[in-house]
Amino acid sequence: MSTATAAPTDDSRTGTTRNAVGAGTARGPARPAAPAPLAPPPAVGRLRRALDPGTARGKLARLALAAVVPVAVAAVLWGSGTWPAALTVDATAPLDRVSDWIVDNRETHWVFLYVLLHWSNTAIDAIDGVYLLLRWLGWAGTGTAAVLLSWRAAGGGRRGLRVAVTTAAVFAACGLLGMWEPTMVTLALMAVSVAAAAVLGVLLGLAAGLSDRVHRALRPVLDTMQVLPAFAYLLPFVLVFGIGSPAALFSTVIYAAPPMARLTAMGLRGADPGVLEASASLGASRLQRLRTARLPLARAEILLGLNQTIMMALSMVVIASVIGAGGLGDEVYQALATVDVGRALAAGIPIVLLAVWLDRTTAAAGERLDDPVRADGFGPLRTWAARAAAPAAVAAAVTAALAARAAGATAWPEGWTVAIARPVNLAKDWIVANLSEGVPVVGGTLVWAGNFTEWLLNPLRDGLQAMPWWSVLLLVAALARLVGTWRTAATATAAMAAVGVLGVWGRSLNTLSQVLAGLAVTLLLGIAVGILAARVRWVERALRPVLDTLQTMPQFVYLIPVVALFNVGRAAAVAAAVVYALPAVVRITTQGLRQVDPAAMEAARSLGATGVQQLRQVQLPLARPALLLAVNQGVVLVLAVVIIGGMVGGGALGYDVVKGLSRGDLGLGLVAGTAIVCLGLVLDRVTQPAGARTKQ
Amino acid sequence: MHTGERPRTPARARTRTRTRVAVAAACALGTLVLSACGAAETGKQSLADSNTVNLTAPSWVGAEANTAVAAHLLEEELGYNVRTRQMGEVLAWDALSRGDVDAILEDWGHPQEEKRYVEEKKTVVSGGDLGVTGHIGWFVPKYFADEHPDVTDWRNLDKYADELRTPESGDKGQLLEGSPDYVTNDEALIKNLDLDLKPVYAGSEATQITQIRRSAENRKPFLTYWWTPQWLNAEVEMVEVELPERTEGCDADPERIDCAYPKTPLQKFLNADFAENGGRAAQFLKNFRWTEDQQNEVAQMIAGERMPAEEAAEKWVEENPQVWKKWIP
Repeated sequence: MSTATAAPTDDSRTGTTRNAVGAGTARGPARPAAPAPLAPPPAVGRLRRALDPGTARGKLARLALAAVVPVAVAAVLWGSGTWPAALTVDATAPLDRVSDWIVDNRETHWVFLYVLLHWSNTAIDAIDGVYLLLRWLGWAGTGTAAVLLSWRAAGGGRRGLRVAVTTAAVFAACGLLGMWEPTMVTLALMAVSVAAAAVLGVLLGLAAGLSDRVHRALRPVLDTMQVLPAFAYLLPFVLVFGIGSPAALFSTVIYAAPPMARLTAMGLRGADPGVLEASASLGASRLQRLRTARLPLARAEILLGLNQTIMMALSMVVIASVIGAGGLGDEVYQALATVDVGRALAAGIPIVLLAVWLDRTTAAAGERLDDPVRADGFGPLRTWAARAAAPAAVAAAVTAALAARAAGATAWPEGWTVAIARPVNLAKDWIVANLSEGVPVVGGTLVWAGNFTEWLLNPLRDGLQAMPWWSVLLLVAALARLVGTWRTAATATAAMAAVGVLGVWGRSLNTLSQVLAGLAVTLLLGIAVGILAARVRWVERALRPVLDTLQTMPQFVYLIPVVALFNVGRAAAVAAAVVYALPAVVRITTQGLRQVDPAAMEAARSLGATGVQQLRQVQLPLARPALLLAVNQGVVLVLAVVIIGGMVGGGALGYDVVKGLSRGDLGLGLVAGTAIVCLGLVLDRVTQPAGARTKQ
Repeated sequence: MHTGERPRTPARARTRTRTRVAVAAACALGTLVLSACGAAETGKQSLADSNTVNLTAPSWVGAEANTAVAAHLLEEELGYNVRTRQMGEVLAWDALSRGDVDAILEDWGHPQEEKRYVEEKKTVVSGGDLGVTGHIGWFVPKYFADEHPDVTDWRNLDKYADELRTPESGDKGQLLEGSPDYVTNDEALIKNLDLDLKPVYAGSEATQITQIRRSAENRKPFLTYWWTPQWLNAEVEMVEVELPERTEGCDADPERIDCAYPKTPLQKFLNADFAENGGRAAQFLKNFRWTEDQQNEVAQMIAGERMPAEEAAEKWVEENPQVWKKWIP
């Protein structure tokens, strides 16, 4: 820690008290107290102690000292109400001018004619090509190809069988739900965007892995991308490319490429120096070393990157239905617009199934790599079988397709569908009629939603909005300084101030209040369930598949049930956010508690501590880093969904983005989008434990 | 680490040259692809052919009825393929100008867009009247108006702000709004008329209807942005609140509006290119014209009885051949 060197090493007498305070923060290594040659006067010593940056109190005192003059000046100059109008910059008017310029020039200007439109047309051709191929293959051919290729990717033989069966079940279910056609549209868009995102990610990752300068330049960008809610930056794509698949494709590629880049760079950088040295000493050129040593060594990371890229691409392809991606997401979107929960669910289930299929298949492929001894299950025939598998799969798919064509059945047979919309809607109506209001004792979901809005969301929002603007900044700075460095505090405060400067202070605080309320509920539930899972084996075993599935689900899907249960409003948006963030929090908490040193637990038990005492005094304090990580992850996930909640009445910034999108209003939408990014930065910085960043 | 000091063997030198040639070739190819192939084709669409008509799928049911019936007739009677796409009203104008969409069948008045695309860019042309006259206003349920007859005058609305309060509107009365992209002056109206109200956006017509129905079932008072023709009006009786009378130019400046909404003959608009070269499809869409009652009949089937739009359209088309036969060119 850099603060250790700057710390006053004055007197060893106060060392004990300082450490006692320092232990309260339980962060950072204990600093050695060096004997001082000359003791300063006691008053100076006290002052220094009070300002000691190693303690929480010292950090805050220093911050207060640094802030007192600017805050006083600011409060006198601009008052202590909401964000002062004098400090806002009108970003809307110039953005509207940009928007007008784009609309007026996009058929004539060379940037569009010679560059952007080419991209757009290429995107359309690629997506159409894949889609036409899938349509030509028909349901039989596509299904066969998917099953065989998944089986092959999972290693073939008995190992791959489970994945193959999963794949067959997933495709059959998509067809049975009457969603074959939209599923193919989504798959075509997925195929192109994943390919493009993977190529882009690998290229960026290569650059960052091989060059330190690129790595330094790229890291803050990738860090920001990680906290960027997908919804925030759809709008510019709509203006340039119009509603349709190119806009959806490009926004998806940008959203999905970062994990690939990050993990590729990590794999290349983490390569064993001994191997590289050996390779160099054998006379391998840079390119040869990259191809024969560094890339193969980074294979596991690259595959993990591919897995994440695929999952993020699916999530985004679904959200991008708002800008005309079509497919399953569009079905959900249209159904949500008419509050047709049954139809939304019929389209939502295939999305979840696709996610499960893609996740299982890529995970199985990754496991196969990790386990080179039993590289695949072909046994003695493995060499030729492995080589022949892919062509054989293609041949089988084509045969199936031709057979189906001969039988005149390329589209999914109409009789083979199960209409679930009506029963689901009946069930939903029953729930609304019976569980929403007037349930004895517990009240009902609508009553909860009303109370939640009235007693938590409203006071929180009004409280935040009533706070003097400078005190909000000060609070952000203090929180960020407590968990991080001066730089963290400066970044967080600047981001918060940017929200005010953009002129969306009040609405951002409204969004913030929803995030905080959602975070509180998420942590309460998540940590409780996490503790339970960490202590009771069978709970964890029962939860694991549920968490696995929940974590692969795209954000969009969560909106469906909450509209049914909580009706439209902020409570619904917060509920969706809680459900979305819960799995990560539960998982991190469970892991953190599990990893507590068994010796410490044993010691506590032998001292006669009860279960609750063990938990409170040993497990929870020792699992603190994990819990902090859970808070950080939770807050980013909650924000992402609270924003999408603008589609179900969440209001505030999310609503502005939706409104900007549906009106093509760049000024409104982009300002809100930028404010969301700033808010994401603030929330990430004030919850990110310092250790997490220095560890990299 | 020692590569720099090692003498270059001929083989290594050859590899390097080959790499350089490859890099140069790749660069040349890239430049070629990016710039040398000339201007891109504008207005290209996914899987487009001259036999496909693109229509917007609006988010309110009345317009959904137009689209469903038009799509059904285009497909069954004229042999076209129809693709519908959901998008906001303003974006639909933009898409219409680009040619991503061929027609908007129900427009509630977008003077700004009309000026830009019809008058200035000339990429959009009028498709004539839809035959339906729309009117937007503020409405209260009849049971509430019967109880308090003076609520139908905007000057008395403040008196009832307390009864219109909800958790979402805080300490003001709630004015229920629909989708964010509907034509609305309500925020300006509330400000300029200095009313103790707050607009609360339900997010869509469907959620707004859900709210209205629930309030009506419990006989609770509410105030809502609403419009006619609307099929729900047959189910929940509502009374319009009188806003200040319209005067010449009272709605010229969107910030200063302080008068009621106009009565709007709903319009159709076509992409200029489509209108000229769209053949029978374009002529059919120009001919498409029906009444409020006919539109409500289809809308009621879709929203009231939860029938899929295609089925509702099919049923109406079967029962009313005398109406649509005139539209077929």
